[in-house]
Amino acid sequence: MDPSSLIPRLQDGDRRALARAITIVETGGPPARALLAAAYPHAGAAHLVGITGPPGAGKSTLVTALAQEWRRRGVRVGIIAVDPTSPYSGGAVLGDRIRMQALGGDPGVFIRSMASRGRLGGLARATADAAVLLDAARFQVVLIETVGAGQGEVDIARAARTTVVVEVPGMGDDVQSIKAGMLEVADLFVVNKADREGADKTVRQLRAMLHLAPHAPGAWEPPVLTAVATAGQGADAIVDAVARHAAHLEARGVAGAHAHAAAERELAAAVQELALERARGPAWEDLVARVAARERDPYGAAEELLRAAGI
Amino acid sequence: MERKIRVLVAKPGLDGHDRGAKVIARALRDAGMEVIYTGLQQTPEMIVEAALQEDVDVIGLSILSGAHMTLLPKVTRLLKEQGMDDVLVVAGGIISDEDAATLKAQHGIAAVFGPGSSTHEIVKFIREKAGVARD
Ligand SMILES: Nc1nc2c(ncn2[C@@H]2O[C@H](COP(=O)(O)OP(=O)(O)O)[C@@H](O)[C@H]2O)c(=O)[nH]1
Ligand SMILES: [Mg+2]
Repeated sequence: MDPSSLIPRLQDGDRRALARAITIVETGGPPARALLAAAYPHAGAAHLVGITGPPGAGKSTLVTALAQEWRRRGVRVGIIAVDPTSPYSGGAVLGDRIRMQALGGDPGVFIRSMASRGRLGGLARATADAAVLLDAARFQVVLIETVGAGQGEVDIARAARTTVVVEVPGMGDDVQSIKAGMLEVADLFVVNKADREGADKTVRQLRAMLHLAPHAPGAWEPPVLTAVATAGQGADAIVDAVARHAAHLEARGVAGAHAHAAAERELAAAVQELALERARGPAWEDLVARVAARERDPYGAAEELLRAAGI
Repeated sequence: MERKIRVLVAKPGLDGHDRGAKVIARALRDAGMEVIYTGLQQTPEMIVEAALQEDVDVIGLSILSGAHMTLLPKVTRLLKEQGMDDVLVVAGGIISDEDAATLKAQHGIAAVFGPGSSTHEIVKFIREKAGVARD
């Protein structure tokens, strides 16, 4: 099967074709690249929103409430929910759909679970590629849920146009669960589980923390909002804030700069992937052994491989 | 590049606990598979919709409610309607030998694992059969 034949089908609303296409880009290699090449001209309209935060903060529940709010506004929503791969077995249990049952049966919603895997080129690439397909399939908002833990997650957040960091009340007195990197990438903070004690305090602490952070005049100031995701409470204000952020990016021409930076990262990742693939020729194993034996250094060996591959 | 075996584990019907389903989900994960777990009280429609979006190779259904002769054939019928008959469907739970034979012979259920089955046996079966029918 020519994978690029899936593109017109998924554009026409064929969900099976979309699902199969996502599997192909997840698997990677030449079929994935052919598919993305065919999808790219039809993508670019979707607004990518990253939703990140500690495990159990209510991200999946919030994603559901936000998706419902966007659906009420007539917006089609794609969801990519990422859970970690077990480093021991390479397998994963992906459980985010448990919280997303209310979105079932709606053709304006498409949910895909993804394992982080030990991906070369990173998880950010895999989610960005899947988002291109959802975008081509005319999903106008693509929500990407990740556990805010490591660098990979920060990278995903960076690939999104709007990043929402989810916190809950009482996660340590000084909101320690917010990793330094997360503070930088957050465009919007949501204190979820606001039905619990201490939500106001967490909101105050976050605002104080943001106040301390330096910001240029005219720069976006991340709002701190509250939600009770289980009751859908707060979803409308969050959706409004995402829209304001999108308008801000547009007005300041930041959207263009953002797209440029994202394109640069994508291009660099693609060059890495292709160069590595071409370098893995017949001499590869021998050079690996020689580097291991310290007869060669990795940079010298890399130079040799790239030259042999004509790069 | 190697494609991972993706398995949807769901519990159709109204019975209220999912210990068995969770044990299976973890065993499949430990065998290197990606398991999409959707939880309790799934209708056949919900199961098939999730299987479609997740593009799984296998659906594992854990059923204790006694409604297996209505729910399981409904799942395979809906799969067929969607052109998804290449998805392997296995069931686990309390199902009589007679019902198991009917489900396998007439309703496209690839295997039925009773309460005595080991997770090892289930993993082995899925690993051998999954994704074989796929391009
Ligand atoms: N009290 C309360 N519980 C919530 C709220 N939002 C989510 N939860 C619960 O928090 C738990 C984890 O939710 P989940 O969405 O799976 O969190 P995730 O791991 O961040 O995706 C579940 O039991 C939810 O029902 C909320 O606003 N208030
Ligand atoms: Mg979740």
